[in-house]
Amino acid sequence: MWSQEVLIEAKGLTKKFDEFTAVDHIDFKVYKGECVGFLGPNGAGKTTTVRMIYCFLPPTSGELKVAGFSVNSQCREIKNLVGVAPQEDNLDPDFTVIKNLTVYCRYFDIPKDEALKRANEQLKFFQLEEKRDVPIAALSGGLKRRLIFARALINQPQILLLDEPTTGLDPQARHLAWDEVRNLKKKQVTIILTTHYMDEAAVLCDRVLIVDKGKIIEEGKPAELVKKHAGDEVLELDYDEKLLPTLKEAFPDAEFERLGDRLQIFTDKPHGVFEGFLKHHPFQNVAIRNANLEDVFLKLTGRGLREE
Amino acid sequence: MTSPNLRKSPARFTIPKLTYRVWKVWQRNFDVFTKTIVTNFLPSLLEPILYLLAFGFGLGGFIPSIQGQPYIKFIAPALVAIAVMNGSFFECTFASFVRMYYQKTFDAIVATPVSVEEVVAGELLWGATRATINATMVLVVIAAFGLISSPLFLLVVPLAFFGGLMFGAIAMCFTAAAPNIDFFNFPTFLFLTPMFFLSGTFFPLTSLPKVAQGIALAVLPLTQVVNISRSVISGHLEPILGLNPTILLLISFAWIVIVTIFFFILSINLMKKRLTS
Repeated sequence: MWSQEVLIEAKGLTKKFDEFTAVDHIDFKVYKGECVGFLGPNGAGKTTTVRMIYCFLPPTSGELKVAGFSVNSQCREIKNLVGVAPQEDNLDPDFTVIKNLTVYCRYFDIPKDEALKRANEQLKFFQLEEKRDVPIAALSGGLKRRLIFARALINQPQILLLDEPTTGLDPQARHLAWDEVRNLKKKQVTIILTTHYMDEAAVLCDRVLIVDKGKIIEEGKPAELVKKHAGDEVLELDYDEKLLPTLKEAFPDAEFERLGDRLQIFTDKPHGVFEGFLKHHPFQNVAIRNANLEDVFLKLTGRGLREE
Repeated sequence: MTSPNLRKSPARFTIPKLTYRVWKVWQRNFDVFTKTIVTNFLPSLLEPILYLLAFGFGLGGFIPSIQGQPYIKFIAPALVAIAVMNGSFFECTFASFVRMYYQKTFDAIVATPVSVEEVVAGELLWGATRATINATMVLVVIAAFGLISSPLFLLVVPLAFFGGLMFGAIAMCFTAAAPNIDFFNFPTFLFLTPMFFLSGTFFPLTSLPKVAQGIALAVLPLTQVVNISRSVISGHLEPILGLNPTILLLISFAWIVIVTIFFFILSINLMKKRLTS
């Protein structure tokens, strides 16, 4: 799916803000053509890492190379190859939609005619054509995100950085964004995205890095991580202390996790174990579902109260 | 342990590396300016006319002459200098702050091959340009009132640019330090307003006590711009503290050059520090 050519490489990468360590000696590699997701709770260091990749923030220590260029000394080269869709809206409110794109082209030394051509293409793709001459303030949140996405692609980047690209989008706009990410993957564009949405990461990412408190605590392919940490199936039911002995007897190898007033039981036994069990124990308010990336995430980043 | 240790690199002040990309930032601001030219243009035209009416004709009627010229002629070059100061100071404080803090325009630009240093330098050059535009408009107004008596008056244009660059660079240091937009009340009322009155603008510096004259000449940037503006517009500059006009002009010229270079470098470094940490 992707080559073995390393496009981004971090070694001991660290970023401190005064005494706070946002990114703490992390090592990672991103291969050409790959889509890598940085998952983590708020404040985990995802955005800071992305910002170091496009030279927005200088690392405090460690090494970070993008396409062979060092972020310490070759920012210009790096920024030419990278497209950035930041988390916050930083569209230029002093310009219209089309002018936002053409002015952005100018920063990349893209000639005027070519800039206009590219801008119109992007507007067409993102279905923003009828908003062409509208000021930014007249756009809805979803349209603004689309325009930010379009702007990130205006320099035809080899590497695309998407910082929470679909936060606040309606399902239509989100699927449009996902389609575009898949499209770009086909074109061998390397993509790094940060997200809180585990379904998004599972659908789009070839590989995910789970970060917490500035450290990478796990990495791998989404399906493999699910298998490894959450098993196959999950039984969910209302938490009841009286039931615990029965359940533990039935599933001695399973993992029990309490999330508020719900109990989750994880097993890597083949499908059907829970179903068989429930035939003899008709509990109320119970659900069997496949384990997913969110289970992995919650388990590793430690939210919810744990039993044992 | 091959990784270079960059930890705690203290505020290392460097001479900024700038390329032609500075002009792309300038051009962005210019594009916005031309789009909003009516709201940008008319108020700045009205202001000098009001000053001329109020101070020149109103107050001037009670003042027979000042340094051998009508009062209105005395203040005309100062109005140009004030336009230089206000033009770039407000551009590089309030306007730059809005772009940096509220609009995040700088954040968007530095994701492209344009560097932080170039963004700030572009803002400074734009501030200088605003000063030049404003000063030129005042020049047109005072010319229309027949208040120009030196053939060298066009030298006001480059003066406005470099004077504007100086005020803009000083202003940008406040922007680098500003926690919020209300902070600019301090430099506006504690720095700009005193200068407005005490830089030989509406009365000769020589009417002040000697100490005050010395301070005005040594530390107030507007005094320097007024001195040069007065000599190229009215062709006439009175000695201050016994220094003859030629010496005064040399002092003011050197003062502007040195202070501009100093604050240009300082403000870019301070802004870089603010924006990258």
